[in-house]
Amino acid sequence: MKINVEFLPRSVVGSGGEQTAASVTRRESWARRLPLLPAFIYVVLVTQIPFVLTIYYSFFSWNLLKPDSFRFAGLENYGTLLSNESIRIAVWNTVLLTACVIAISVVIGLGVASLLNSEVFGKGLMRTLMIAPFLIMPTAGALVWKDTLLNPLFGLLPYLLTPFGLGRVDWVNQYPMVTVVAVEVWRWTPFMMLIILAGLQSQNPEILEAARVDGANAFQSFRRITLPLVRPFIELGALLGSLFVVQTYDSIFILTYGGPGEDTTNIPFLLYIVAFQGFNIGQASAIGVVAVIITIIVATFALRTLFSIFQVEARR
Amino acid sequence: MTDGKIRLLDRGVATSRPVAVLGLFIALVGAACSPGAGGGGGGGGTTTLTLAAVDNPQMADLKKLVPDFQSSHPNIQVKIITLPEDQLRVQVTEDVATKSGRYDLFTIGQYETGLWAKKGWIENLSPYIVKDSSYDPNDLIPGVHTALSYQGNVYAVPFYGESSMLMYRKDLLSAAGVTMPDHPTWDQVAAAAQKVNSSSVSGICLRGLAGWGELLGPLDTVVNTFGGRWYDQNWNAQLTSPQWKAAVGFYVNLLKTAGEPGAANAGFTECLNAYNGGKVAMWYDATVGASNFTGDVAKNSGYAYAPTKIKDWSGWLWAWSLAMPSSSKKKDAAWAFADWATSKDYIKLVGTKLGWAHVPPGTRTSTYALPEYQQAAGGFAQITVDSMAHADVTHATVDPVPYVGIQYVLIDEFQQLGDQVSQEITKVIAGGQTVDQALQKAQQYAAAVGKKYQS
Repeated sequence: MKINVEFLPRSVVGSGGEQTAASVTRRESWARRLPLLPAFIYVVLVTQIPFVLTIYYSFFSWNLLKPDSFRFAGLENYGTLLSNESIRIAVWNTVLLTACVIAISVVIGLGVASLLNSEVFGKGLMRTLMIAPFLIMPTAGALVWKDTLLNPLFGLLPYLLTPFGLGRVDWVNQYPMVTVVAVEVWRWTPFMMLIILAGLQSQNPEILEAARVDGANAFQSFRRITLPLVRPFIELGALLGSLFVVQTYDSIFILTYGGPGEDTTNIPFLLYIVAFQGFNIGQASAIGVVAVIITIIVATFALRTLFSIFQVEARR
Repeated sequence: MTDGKIRLLDRGVATSRPVAVLGLFIALVGAACSPGAGGGGGGGGTTTLTLAAVDNPQMADLKKLVPDFQSSHPNIQVKIITLPEDQLRVQVTEDVATKSGRYDLFTIGQYETGLWAKKGWIENLSPYIVKDSSYDPNDLIPGVHTALSYQGNVYAVPFYGESSMLMYRKDLLSAAGVTMPDHPTWDQVAAAAQKVNSSSVSGICLRGLAGWGELLGPLDTVVNTFGGRWYDQNWNAQLTSPQWKAAVGFYVNLLKTAGEPGAANAGFTECLNAYNGGKVAMWYDATVGASNFTGDVAKNSGYAYAPTKIKDWSGWLWAWSLAMPSSSKKKDAAWAFADWATSKDYIKLVGTKLGWAHVPPGTRTSTYALPEYQQAAGGFAQITVDSMAHADVTHATVDPVPYVGIQYVLIDEFQQLGDQVSQEITKVIAGGQTVDQALQKAQQYAAAVGKKYQS
């Protein structure tokens, strides 16, 4: 959300203006920017003003349920962030969830992309089917997982696992984090696959052919040639993916509601609880600000990787 | 309170990104400081009322009958917005706390009524009630009347009310040689559950789904009758007391030995389906559950008062009620509608127009004297009205407490506290920790809240 504004005007408006800055007058360059101004103002209005207000409120103690509670609190809300155990658990859960989801979905995504990059029958159909999880609404997907697949009484998975003695396992409650990670991996693998597939398809088949002529087997050429070539794409996928996975909320809300206990409460879900169950606006704003800062840090790395890929492409 | 179905659905359509939503929400709060947002009076002297209502069958019926109201009040237009319980709670709280005036009337429970009356957020309705000689406030069921009052004045008028009771299958219990008394104890219920429990039919269904409106509903009534309380008179949290341990231990143990499988996911809706499908022999839940029974299950069902241990009359109390914000500029019109929708005549109107089974239960004593209703409501009508009459929100526990409430504590923090505590107990039901560990953690949450009330 924040990134858009940072980059949209500069890349669209700014760079165009700079190129011709020498030849056109200041007035003309403003005239060129004018048509974009409504969009720019709109974006600032709907994204930056709420954000600035959020920062502002994060310095106040304000509970909506307490009519006279609005007072300046300085860094009190941020101090609570450091000392509160729930928040420490939420940060840890966020890190754990993001790391597991990204690592697993990158590995599976790489495998599937390699398969789809080779000549197999029904490649187009397989690719479409593989993308499907990413196109399903997160809430709808999570509901299907919870009720149709994992329900201990009539779910498909417990039924299939009955011969292995895992028939009545209540996955959502007994292994909550495993469940959330599994659902998120299911959702993000197609995303990783698409990006890595793009990387695989951009590599020059002649290099691989040369390697084969030199006597490299399939594994060697994959390890020594393909992997280094798609590495920037994997990095990009992992960073963009973590940007989104850090904000996972929908599937947690549906699957576990942050529980049992606080086992799957991540930062966004904790923010929801504090803001909409506790109506503690000041504290929730502080959590929101921290969440945005973390996201910006990740985003910065993501964008740097993105640009490095384009630079490589441009050099070719 | 009861609509587990609604809660689930609500999760389905819930907001997508809390960070963004919070930003938007705060922007709304900011904008809300300038009043005049709620649709204006309109031309020709007509007033448009906006009512935020909870999404339940009784409200759907009300929507159908609005034309009847308009034929007698041609210059009042009524717009009803129905929302799932959780969203309604959030939206109405924002509206009333920021005095934005989006709604002229809303449905709230007695939990909100008690808190908001104290803050002056909602209007005292007693002066309005006095003006209408046919309203008969003494006809309102006593427990409900008390729960909706603050300092002797009524702040919300009840539209629908419920208590809790034990529902059981007479055929299954008699086959196992068990007879259920009208006023059972929890020990009798547990013994019966273990006796009828088999591989195909579970002994009893109890809610295990986390949430203050789910698991904590029935569990709190068990804690109360076992002699437990949330706080002592000095606001010291009591969740690690022997009574709490006994009550939670009993509840969890009953679920493990004779409860439904997958109990940690079971709320009102799941238990209703299990009971209707013949998968459980007993069910302790909201009185409204019984009106959803079908076929042979309905025919073979018996009903008993909420089971007890030490304290008598352990049933809970919940009443969806109509209240108006004190910032409203259309109070007379809003009262005209609230008056009509909670009157005796409305009950009769529903009965004759939509059928007597549609009558909103648990509001007026006179409803239960109507022969047509008695016939339609069957065996549980008397239990409902008696339980509600005896449910006393001010004396729900054995030992004295500084708070009001049966299946909740009447403090602002309870929504969050209740959710957190129920999460810990759900973790016990799922097998993730012991009762002692859960109550230790719950005690910390409760103590942090209690501290705010000690000074």
